Amino acid sequence: MTDTAAATESTQPVAHRSRLQMTVSTVFRNRLAVSGLLVLAVLILVAIFAPWIAPYGVNELNVPSRLEGPSLAHPFGTDNLGRDVLSRVVVASRVSLQVGFIAVGIALALGVPVGLIAGYYGGRIDSILMRIMDVLFSVPAIVLAIAILATLGPGIFNAMIAIGIVYTPIFARITRGSVLSLREAVFVRAARSLGATDGRILGTHVLPNVIAPVIVQTSLSLAFAILAEAALSFLGLGVQPPDPAWGRMLSEGRGFFQQAPWMAIFPGLAILVTVMSFNFVGDGLRDALDPQQRSVIESRGVA
Amino acid sequence: MTGFIVRRVGQMLLALLGVSVVVFALIHLVPGDPVRIAMGTRFDQEVYEALRARAGLDRPLVTQYLSWLARAVVGDLGVSFRSGAPVTELVWQRLPATMTLAGAALLVAIVVGVPLGIISAVRSGSKLDYTASALSQVGVSVPDFWAAVMYILVFSLTLGWLPASGYVSLWADPVGWLRHLILPALSVGLVSGSIVFRFVRSAVLEALNQDYTRTARAKGLSRRQVLIGHVLPNAWIPIVTVIGLQLGFLLGGVVVVEIVFAWPGIGRLAFLAIGDRDITVLQGTVLYIAFMFLLINLLVDIIYGWLDPRVRYD
Repeated sequence: MTDTAAATESTQPVAHRSRLQMTVSTVFRNRLAVSGLLVLAVLILVAIFAPWIAPYGVNELNVPSRLEGPSLAHPFGTDNLGRDVLSRVVVASRVSLQVGFIAVGIALALGVPVGLIAGYYGGRIDSILMRIMDVLFSVPAIVLAIAILATLGPGIFNAMIAIGIVYTPIFARITRGSVLSLREAVFVRAARSLGATDGRILGTHVLPNVIAPVIVQTSLSLAFAILAEAALSFLGLGVQPPDPAWGRMLSEGRGFFQQAPWMAIFPGLAILVTVMSFNFVGDGLRDALDPQQRSVIESRGVA
Repeated sequence: MTGFIVRRVGQMLLALLGVSVVVFALIHLVPGDPVRIAMGTRFDQEVYEALRARAGLDRPLVTQYLSWLARAVVGDLGVSFRSGAPVTELVWQRLPATMTLAGAALLVAIVVGVPLGIISAVRSGSKLDYTASALSQVGVSVPDFWAAVMYILVFSLTLGWLPASGYVSLWADPVGWLRHLILPALSVGLVSGSIVFRFVRSAVLEALNQDYTRTARAKGLSRRQVLIGHVLPNAWIPIVTVIGLQLGFLLGGVVVVEIVFAWPGIGRLAFLAIGDRDITVLQGTVLYIAFMFLLINLLVDIIYGWLDPRVRYD
């Protein structure tokens, strides 16, 4: 793509290019978003092939070489049981991404329909649904997740549910806001007058038109879901030992701080890089799809 | 304005009622008998029955909820299954430490975020803007508890400048109080500061690009006059909003960071209650945190409505 094409594009949308193509090209012109995408691609590959990439077994004990600093044999050092920190960081990427994707999937699956129905039908249904969402919004996200996990019991599966519930209201609110502006749109009324059912109107006419802010929010929520999982595992409420998780490794590393700072440094860096990549992609998507939105601030603002 | 405040207070009370249902449900969704679990090996039939009756666990759910709510409204949240101490008392003892940390973190966030955001926007594209923006990207992505751990590593264990954990009372030892406060406040505050920075920068940039700003410059006002008289008053409204929203987020961060620094606040109280399966204490802490959170949001909304009359007619 040349610079002149880029310059004219924003003012004069070219008829033969679809919205998707324009979005993709806008995102790809954003260097931060591209680097975020590249890092994420690498991370996902690492997560998929983790057992083959990791040089040692995650729970391969080697007590004689415990608490060894970074070396060629152990680039990230070894932990208090002589386990290879690099291998554990690599394998833990699976858990983090998995929890992130599934938790946000739950939030999407609950929040988007609630927002669609509340926005489309309005009235009493709208008030009831949104008041319920307000209740979930009335407790800081991490505190609500802690409370849910205290009830369901710790564990990776429950952590996914807790994080998913916590992020549901954001999707409901964003979807509802977009639907409100569409409810009386000409194409919706036209579909209605042609006898389309509510389900069909919502599914084929309304949903595709509210998807942009939802996509942006999805990417940003992935970042926060991964942060939340790390915090919960750090508190001992998420992934249970001996499975490795970045948050858990950090809390285990605290006890050996002075002898082995690498035990806490590398898992933390892994979280930072992953979260930052999702944020870059989210910001890039927002600039391309939904320039008015300030979701990174708003969504973390309520976290 | 009065109608707006009344409406918002009503919404807040409704949300609080909803939270009370959720919090109450906690105790009944927990598998097993919470009293028996909390008592553990120190089981005693008489104490057990007294605690159960005290918590009203032998009555129907709706009755239990209503009587629990009636008592909660007057500040009685039951007693700890562990220690037997009243929950309200436990929470109030720890509230000052949490408020201190939240206040200090907010101060850090504002002192770092607001001036840097304004300068970055005014000199957008400069080296300073570039550096501050890059740092804010790290700030919004860093886990606060990891930042806390890293600060301890550098400033306590390596340099030995500040204590790694604990809390001393302001009245007993003001210097020690401040030294214990700095690292936890930075852990929470710099993350929030990064978000405040990004918001302030974009709000000021937006105001700088408005027609009225150009007009003000064109009629001969200096850059400083335009900034103070035209740009900042208009950027102020979103800035107040985001700072208010940050307070809620801060509470979440404070809860986690309290645990890292063994800071004796309600976050740590909640965390210890989970470990002890002390459900009444957990209920009480969540309810209080939600109450604080809603109260802050209410205040922000009222300030917002006062600053920007359009908001009142939602």
